[in-house]
Amino acid sequence: MFTELGHYALILALAVALVQATLPLIGAARGDGRWMALAAPAAIAQLGLIGLAFAALVHAYVVSDFSVLNVVQNSHSTKPLLYKISGVWGNHEGSMLLWVTILALFGAAVAVFGQLLPLALKARVLAVQAMIGVGFLLFILATSDPFQRLDMVPFDGNDLNPMLQDPGLAFHPPFLYLGYVGFSMAFSFAIAALIEGRVDPAWARWVRPWTLAAWAALTAGIALGSWWAYYTLGWGGWWFWDPVENASLMPWLAGTALLHSSIVVEKRDALKSWTILLAILTFSLSLVGTFLVRSGILSSVHAFAVDPARGVFILWLLSVAIGGSLLLYALRAPHLKAGGLFAPISREGALVVNNMLLASATATVLIGTLYPLFLDVLNAGKVSVGPPFFNATFVPLMIPLVVAMVVGPLLPWKRGDLPGALARLGVAAGLTAVTMIAAYWLEGGQSALALVGIGLAAWAFIGALAEWAERVGLFRLPAAQSLARARALPRAAWGMTAAHAGLGLAIAGMVGSSAWTGERILLARPGDTVSLAGYELKFESVTLVDGPNYTAKRGHFTVSRGGAALGVLEPEQRHYTVTGMDLTHAAIRTSAINDLYLALGDADPSGAWTVRLYHHPLVPWLWLGGLMMVGGGLLSLTDRRLRIGAPRLRQHAAP
Amino acid sequence: MTLKKKRRLYILLTAMLGLGGATALVLTAFQDNLVFFYSPSDLKERPTGGRTFRLGGMVEKGSVVRGQGTPVVRFSVTDFKNTQAVVYTGLLPDLFREGQGVVAEGKLRPDGLFEAREVLAKHDEKYMPPTVTDALKRASGSASEGEHAVTTLKRN
Repeated sequence: MFTELGHYALILALAVALVQATLPLIGAARGDGRWMALAAPAAIAQLGLIGLAFAALVHAYVVSDFSVLNVVQNSHSTKPLLYKISGVWGNHEGSMLLWVTILALFGAAVAVFGQLLPLALKARVLAVQAMIGVGFLLFILATSDPFQRLDMVPFDGNDLNPMLQDPGLAFHPPFLYLGYVGFSMAFSFAIAALIEGRVDPAWARWVRPWTLAAWAALTAGIALGSWWAYYTLGWGGWWFWDPVENASLMPWLAGTALLHSSIVVEKRDALKSWTILLAILTFSLSLVGTFLVRSGILSSVHAFAVDPARGVFILWLLSVAIGGSLLLYALRAPHLKAGGLFAPISREGALVVNNMLLASATATVLIGTLYPLFLDVLNAGKVSVGPPFFNATFVPLMIPLVVAMVVGPLLPWKRGDLPGALARLGVAAGLTAVTMIAAYWLEGGQSALALVGIGLAAWAFIGALAEWAERVGLFRLPAAQSLARARALPRAAWGMTAAHAGLGLAIAGMVGSSAWTGERILLARPGDTVSLAGYELKFESVTLVDGPNYTAKRGHFTVSRGGAALGVLEPEQRHYTVTGMDLTHAAIRTSAINDLYLALGDADPSGAWTVRLYHHPLVPWLWLGGLMMVGGGLLSLTDRRLRIGAPRLRQHAAP
Repeated sequence: MTLKKKRRLYILLTAMLGLGGATALVLTAFQDNLVFFYSPSDLKERPTGGRTFRLGGMVEKGSVVRGQGTPVVRFSVTDFKNTQAVVYTGLLPDLFREGQGVVAEGKLRPDGLFEAREVLAKHDEKYMPPTVTDALKRASGSASEGEHAVTTLKRN
């Protein structure tokens, strides 16, 4: 019953979306307030209906309703509750439903929180949101119905791919989609502004919170996915330049550029046309990302289905959305009034450099990702573009970006003084040099690139702190005055410092794991001792363990360093009984500066086990840095100027 | 030239510099960083020139031999027409099985053995890498045998 209700609600949501996509737009063109006012209740109704559909599917999963095809294919009655719920989006149909649910959530959020938006802008924004909704709802109803019933109800389900039964991956798709779909807000605002023909600092201020929230969610999503790959794939790789990863990186890069260029629109009323274009491109890349992954044209664990009907629908949707918005841009952008002037050496200039580099990097990733498809279509052979390509193109573009990242915030708007800014970074430069020398002394100079990398990491981290110290006048003013200044510092400034410093930490983690990793692969018997990087691991025994829906061989290792016991590591070799799949479950010992990573393989007939041991220095900083970037985004989101409407609303409420 | 035009020119120059640099990087990277895909039959037809490439096909049933006392594994990759022997040191991915699709990246040794640096099996049971499906189809020519093999294996 719930299932049919969910299906019906989805069809109703399509009808509501059609109304929301047309009438408010016509109303805005005619200046008819009542038609425009229709948008907000329609957006809230959409959330109600799509939310109901989503809840119906979750319900089917939770109660293990095996009369629903989607549940049969992706669930099993013995699966833990968390993975029953995450199974909802662990497949094509369900993940598309999650996508529209989040879209409706954002639409309703504008309807509720956007009370101070001009009526026409709000109507247009919601109408554009609804257009996206129409496309996706049609796609789901026509090609990817998650509510399909079965005539013959099986006794139990097929279970979810065990690789996806993991806490990291349970939350990876929702965060990723919050990011992808969050950029639809920037897109809708951009299209509305193009229709209106006006972009001003107020517009930038309205868009900013949505972009920030989307960026923070996407950052969290990518970090979770990378963390998952790190501990499930059994050897500690966290990024593979796999097309699916690139699909999420491209909107992130473009979104990062958008985040920075919209500052210029807000503060200086410049770079408007470019910012609009970036908003369109960022969301287009999110769409391309969703579909590259879902259409099955790329081979990966994420590709759920290879269905030509879906592929064709997707292609149409992409051409209409991207082609249409770019056409509108070409027609209307020349009419946007150009804004303030600035000298090449200035905060604006630095942000232009940031945007240039990020846009170029996005382009290289796009080329690298699509080139194999392109050659395949031309029948010119099957190729794969792997890490060497991206190391040779993406990394060189990131180096100047990180160098400039520290200098930019120290330049004033309009016209800056580069020697002056550099002079204030003397201490940071000195500490960076010290870090590089220390790294050389500790790890040797086999890899010059690693030293450059660690230098960049230190420069970004220390530079971010130096800029903060500069702002609060640390050591320059009396402590009390510095404290007062720090208190008065806008949250956005704190957010920037956290995010920039976080990137520095993350770079250090990347360098540590790619350049200084130690590895041992060997056959060991219980009683043997393995040592790596000063740690000693004694292989005690292997026991058989029963999990909820798997059985496992669990290895017991005691870890010590210089005779001092540090604890136990228990890697598992799991066998999922329903799917018949094996999964390596690595054991990781994390400390402040490194990870000890242990995976257990198969036993040979003589009773010796394949054991893989890795020492990953600095890797924990990668996730810590990611967390700081997300935190920085959220901190910036709470800035007073983005809540400018709040005090006024409160006055209304007070008697 | 007015100040406005001059400043626009600066932005334009930065843009050109960025895009030009990126293009140059991409073009040089394409020179030697592309990894081509070969099926065992392709290997007979076109030489690899000592470069790294990806070998794809099915792991031949009964071909997997694990080393005694060392984590060295030998197996054969087949497209049901030709077969290529592979040697790999390390732990095989969880999804590696006899009779299932596999993609391995590495180089051909002078003795004709394929030395895999990495074995990829990142797909699940229901799923077959498109490159492998395609390689099997090509090897069987237009006959339906390959298709049949593909569908049977998919069902497994």
